[in-house]
Amino acid sequence: MPFVGNSRTWRWFLVFAAFILCAWLVYPPRGGPQLTIATVNNADMILMQKLSEEFERQHGVKLNWVVLGENILRQRLTVDISTGGSTFDVITIGSYETPIWAERGWLVPVDRLGADYDYADIFDVVRQGVSYRGKLYAAPFYAESAFTYYRKDLFRNAGLEMPDQPTYAQIREFASRLNDPQHHVYGICLRGEPGWGQNMAYISTLVNTFGGRWMDMQWKPQLTTEPWMEAVRLYVDLLRNYGPPGASTDGHNENRALFANGNCAMWIDATSAAGYILDPSQSRVAATTGFAKAPIAKVANGVWAWSWALAIPASTQKVELAREFVKWATSRHYIALVGARYGWVLAPPGTRESTYDNPAYQKAAPFARLVRDAILRADMTHPSALPVPYVGIQYVGIPEFQALGTEVGQEISAALTGGASVEHALALAQAEAERDMRQGGYLK
Amino acid sequence: MRPKWQARAALAMVGWLAALAMFFPILWMVLTSFKTEIAAVATPPVVFFKPTLENYRAVLERADYLAFARNSVAVSLGSTLLALALAIPAAYSMAFFPSRRTKDILLWMLSTKMLPAVGVLVPIYLLWRSLGLLDTIAGLIVMDSISVLPLVVWMLFSFFREVPPEILEASRMDGASQREEMTHILLPLCTPGIAATALLSMILCWNEAFWSLNLTTVRAATLTVFTASFSSPEGLFWAKLSAASTLAIAPILIFGWMSQRQLVRGLSFGAVK
Amino acid sequence: MTGTKPARQKRSFRTVPLLAPSIFVLFLWMVVPLAMTLWFSAENYNLLSPGKNSFAGLGNYRDLLTSRALWIAMGNTLFLVGAVLVITLVFGTLLSVLLDSEFPGRGICRLLVVAPFFVMPTVSALIWKNMFMNPVFGVFAWITRSLGIGTIDFFSSMPLLAIVVIVAWEWTPFAVLILLPALQSLNREQKEAARLDGAGPIALFYHIELPHLRRPMAVVAMIEVIFFLSLFAEIYVTTGGGPGLASTNLAFLIFRDALLGWDVGRASAGGVFAIILANIVALFLMRVVGRGLEDMR
Repeated sequence: MPFVGNSRTWRWFLVFAAFILCAWLVYPPRGGPQLTIATVNNADMILMQKLSEEFERQHGVKLNWVVLGENILRQRLTVDISTGGSTFDVITIGSYETPIWAERGWLVPVDRLGADYDYADIFDVVRQGVSYRGKLYAAPFYAESAFTYYRKDLFRNAGLEMPDQPTYAQIREFASRLNDPQHHVYGICLRGEPGWGQNMAYISTLVNTFGGRWMDMQWKPQLTTEPWMEAVRLYVDLLRNYGPPGASTDGHNENRALFANGNCAMWIDATSAAGYILDPSQSRVAATTGFAKAPIAKVANGVWAWSWALAIPASTQKVELAREFVKWATSRHYIALVGARYGWVLAPPGTRESTYDNPAYQKAAPFARLVRDAILRADMTHPSALPVPYVGIQYVGIPEFQALGTEVGQEISAALTGGASVEHALALAQAEAERDMRQGGYLK
Repeated sequence: MRPKWQARAALAMVGWLAALAMFFPILWMVLTSFKTEIAAVATPPVVFFKPTLENYRAVLERADYLAFARNSVAVSLGSTLLALALAIPAAYSMAFFPSRRTKDILLWMLSTKMLPAVGVLVPIYLLWRSLGLLDTIAGLIVMDSISVLPLVVWMLFSFFREVPPEILEASRMDGASQREEMTHILLPLCTPGIAATALLSMILCWNEAFWSLNLTTVRAATLTVFTASFSSPEGLFWAKLSAASTLAIAPILIFGWMSQRQLVRGLSFGAVK
Repeated sequence: MTGTKPARQKRSFRTVPLLAPSIFVLFLWMVVPLAMTLWFSAENYNLLSPGKNSFAGLGNYRDLLTSRALWIAMGNTLFLVGAVLVITLVFGTLLSVLLDSEFPGRGICRLLVVAPFFVMPTVSALIWKNMFMNPVFGVFAWITRSLGIGTIDFFSSMPLLAIVVIVAWEWTPFAVLILLPALQSLNREQKEAARLDGAGPIALFYHIELPHLRRPMAVVAMIEVIFFLSLFAEIYVTTGGGPGLASTNLAFLIFRDALLGWDVGRASAGGVFAIILANIVALFLMRVVGRGLEDMR
């Protein structure tokens, strides 16, 4: 062992290390135009990163990528942009933060990307989600709604048939019939991990379809109203009796893994996972998965809408170049590029009509029709049967919602593990929500 | 009296079991890095499988591993050197010339570590930005060395206390200046201890994730950011994350193993005779 | 007891310039961010409403102290610190004793035992969460099912304990790293003499080895407590503080305020609270353990 006992060796080692250190510190920075892009590490964005070589070549630009998980990325971006930083030139944000950040003047509008950009091609609800006062502040990269994944083989064996538009009563029935813990097949998999974007995303839609809403027109939280009670009771009932063990820490990803591994008979979650569930190299159930609409209960508001979009911080020094990139990555040309290079099933979904009109896409993606229907049905300003003062279907478009939603999510996950009754959990959640709304100045 | 061979065999078995139990999660992670994504999450867990390098290929293709590794090395080394440079004189002064305040100072130094990093994120971010230290190696070195300084001072203090003061007294009587006393007598005597402290500091800096994530973007990002970029995307990722993590910890693990003897020797309290 | 100790002079002013740089740096670190934190804690400062800052006085502290979340978090913090400390010290000692004895392959075993400390906390937590403790495809689930016990959902039923296990796994090697060399430096002759006198291995351990370990144990305790008080990564990655608040500690609570609620004011108040708590714990620890450090040779 070279290091043992020899202080002279250590001294040389330290000198060497100091040398490396100096060399590194004076390492010359890369020259030429560069763009710093922050994005989520989802598969579609990774493809964008791979394909961006084309952009680099066309424009003679070096692209620097900061790729992180969604939550960390959001935190990082918010700290930077809210303190006036100009670290990033292009950022990836969702339909939740876009209107909020646009309102604060932190984003550059992207409504003048050129006539060839074909704005009319973008779905209305998707465009609405990333606009503020009618102006587009982020270019949609991919969008998703929710639907029901189910195992055709299990249904067939049990003699059941999944209707195109199931109701929750039917879902419950199916779950109880198909639940087979002995063989590690669970009736239904749903998000349980606490988080405003995890379990609360799903539960919000459940509440909506039971006729409830997050807040009334005076911004008072409604968590102890009847629709909430019914919805959460059903949720807890479904997961406790027919869900996988450990559901309360399963988020989207874990459930995706479970379904792909064959452990779930049904799964209600984002449509964006469909392409991967149908990919035999990433899923064991590629051949036996079917799709149906997201279930409804009392009213037909069951779907959700989310889009990831590329935006340009107002403080960037490279607005023109950033605009070019945003235009390139969200254009029809880009979608066609993905289709040609990696197969149409992996094309970024949910943003443009032209994608869904394309016969190649329809053939490669059997779920395309359902996704388009779901997206067309979504309405961000009317998520519930009752009037609401906020935008957002599976979230409330106010800055306080990240904390509020997560607190409520934690209380409900406590109800799920049996630590609290549904009534008690919702009462606690209501108290916390009211406190948050009061502190935010919405309630007096 | 040597213990009977049965006792030794039992000892060996227990020892090996304990060691394997401790190491098993890491072993499992390395194994998973060679599985396909589906195999990684299979139930029951797959022990025999056809290994594949696709995860490593995907990981290396997506991110410039060497750049991240270089940054990690630079930051760990730099912070450790800076911390040592500040701490050695301080520990020397406190160990050999203690006053009533010494214990308070030591405690106060430790207390500076008690502020949870997340609580000072915004102030530090603003400060670093106005100083132009964001996304620089230097900025990260300053941050990490501050984080690690109290520990380095404490450990050096403990080691210096082991040294019989008579030795230093003797050298002083021989006419050595204070600086000579430090560099020619004290440091060589305590080299194992200093090396051990340095190694510990390097490990802590290598694994430091919070500030690396928040204070860097592209140029100064370290391996902890590299690992984070493979964590929690949508979809299956455990095999790739295992590959990324294996790549991230390999350097420090190998380095630590190689200099382990030194570390063990250096951490021997009471060994300096 | 030897006579006077001539070397412990009163600190001459020559030593001030030696001590000064470290103190200066740490002082800056203390003062500047701490001052900013104190300042922010007295403000209504929400990151998403910049420019709308207003003076809040003690408002943030009042909100904090009246929220039940704070007290739960404090209790969890203390439990976490205490439990992991005890486990790492106990197992660290046991493993050190084991690795001190002679058996073939001892060197390799030492390498294996030490390895967990080198792994990033986030990665450790993810390994444990997904590969071991996951109730469907985790290794533990497979073991318990094969034994017929069914599955235990660790993160739901015992979230804090699960985190304790993970952190203990990460830090026991640290204890071994410090305790093992201390054991090895123990004078062999002393042990042989005791053994010849008829002392069994347990008595040997209790009367000779353990006292020798008091000082290194004190060092381990101090360092570990400082780190455990601000444990964050493991909780963030596994339970996210849940279910409910069961695994939320003070650092995670501050995170929730700072990076989910974007309420810098309240998070800063939480930070001040954390320092106060940590100082109390450290003072207490110094009292209990400081004697070990004061021991002269």
